[in-house]
Amino acid sequence: MHRLLRILFVLAVTSPLIVNANTHADEGHGGGPETELTPEKQREKNNEFVKHHTKDSHDFGVLVDESEDKHYGFPLPVILYDNGIHFFWSSAFEHGHKVVESNGLYYKLDAHDGKIYKTDEHGHVLKKVVIDEDTKEESLEELMPLDLSITKNVFIIFLMSILMFFLFRGIAKSYRTGLAPTGAAKFFEPIILFIRDDIAIPNIGEKQHKKYMVYLLTVFFFIWFLNLAGMTPLGINVTGNLAVTAALALCTFVITTFTAKKDYWMHIVWMPGVPVPMKIMLFPIEVIGMFVKPFALMIRLYANMLAGHIVLGALIAAVFFFDAFLAKGAFIGLTFFMNIIELLVALLQAYIFTMLTALYFGAAAAEGHH
Amino acid sequence: MDKLLGEFSIGLFFWQTVLFLALLFLLRKFAWKPILDAVNEREDKISGSLEEAEKMKVEMAALKASNEDLLKEARAERDLMIKDAKETASKMIEEAKEKAKVEGSKLLSSAKESINAEKAAAITELKTQVAAFSIEIAEQIVRAELSSADKQKAMADKMAEDINMN
Repeated sequence: MHRLLRILFVLAVTSPLIVNANTHADEGHGGGPETELTPEKQREKNNEFVKHHTKDSHDFGVLVDESEDKHYGFPLPVILYDNGIHFFWSSAFEHGHKVVESNGLYYKLDAHDGKIYKTDEHGHVLKKVVIDEDTKEESLEELMPLDLSITKNVFIIFLMSILMFFLFRGIAKSYRTGLAPTGAAKFFEPIILFIRDDIAIPNIGEKQHKKYMVYLLTVFFFIWFLNLAGMTPLGINVTGNLAVTAALALCTFVITTFTAKKDYWMHIVWMPGVPVPMKIMLFPIEVIGMFVKPFALMIRLYANMLAGHIVLGALIAAVFFFDAFLAKGAFIGLTFFMNIIELLVALLQAYIFTMLTALYFGAAAAEGHH
Repeated sequence: MDKLLGEFSIGLFFWQTVLFLALLFLLRKFAWKPILDAVNEREDKISGSLEEAEKMKVEMAALKASNEDLLKEARAERDLMIKDAKETASKMIEEAKEKAKVEGSKLLSSAKESINAEKAAAITELKTQVAAFSIEIAEQIVRAELSSADKQKAMADKMAEDINMN
């Protein structure tokens, strides 16, 4: 199992080189039209390239040959809920070129925002009239089915979950033969112990920390592994998605709220140790704080990971934007440097999320000792 | 905010929640529980062993101290015994000497006594013998003196003369 991890590490470290190679191959094919682009258009194209790589997609694309509009990769299943379940492979969309018919309804993939819209049989997006309640103005809104597709991110989350399950089950099994760590446990045990001794116990307390350990460990490795997956040249950006971080922050919020003891609620409703007018003032602030904490968790992870990917993407695009040999070299060096930083950020963001989660759990689990 | 909400994908949120919760429960059962249990067990074992070692150390020190005490006691006892033995020996010698002296003096005195007694006896016997001899001699002399009339007369005269002279 640890060999697989080692491969992942090597991939993460060497990813800028591989990305360069990929994009270089692209350019080789599309040499003709590329040179005719004005700098503005080139800029726009690069912008699109960076944005596209931070987005979720319905198929697992590895390479795109722009000159022949050829996509290399594999399709993923599309699951739509629109008066019943619709299921087909994303290859049916042909990257936004074709309208797909499923159970008598028509759908089209918008290649720009990556979303699936409901259309008629000719590919015209169906719209419905929406009346604004305040201004009574009528406006048209595009119809979209409930999209529950196994997108690239869902696929990666699934793969990573399987990897994590077998990795940590293997580690758990290795303890059956003897209590000393062997193999992958040698690497992961200090991290597990760090989460227990330096995150859980100081923030939650010796007595209470045990019931929260499962969540803290899972969330830490989940975020770290997915961040590292984002460092591979496959253009994965799972933890830089609002939906993913929202789900994680929601879990923290739900666990905090449902395991909270009397003290936690007392601190929100009737803050002890301050005068009565202050107690009344603090009540709405504390209630807002209750929701702001997980909201901040969500935004922090999302923004950090997305920003890292955008910076890396911009630097890689810059390598191709400038013609001067020296500039290319400088940007390759900078990209490499940013990759190292991002490797650190991958670990740091996982640590911060776990640390703050433990802090909130600690507030929830605290029992009157003021 | 609109742009932020536009980024939000309900499908991804749904699958993330489902997969994450599944992973959470699977890992709890198959990974974290056994790992944390094993680590805790090992920590307990280590701290138990350390405690035991500490206890052993104290015990060993106590044992050593008691050994030392025992040794000291034994030494003291031995010294006492030697002293006792010496004392007894010297006492015995003294006693023996005393006894020998007493015995010797006793023997000496008895010897003296017996010698004296023997001596006295011998003297007495000698006296008796001498007396007997004397008597015999005297008898013989008397006899010889009185063997003839003249002699008897001379004797008588002489005696008479002695008496007269007195």
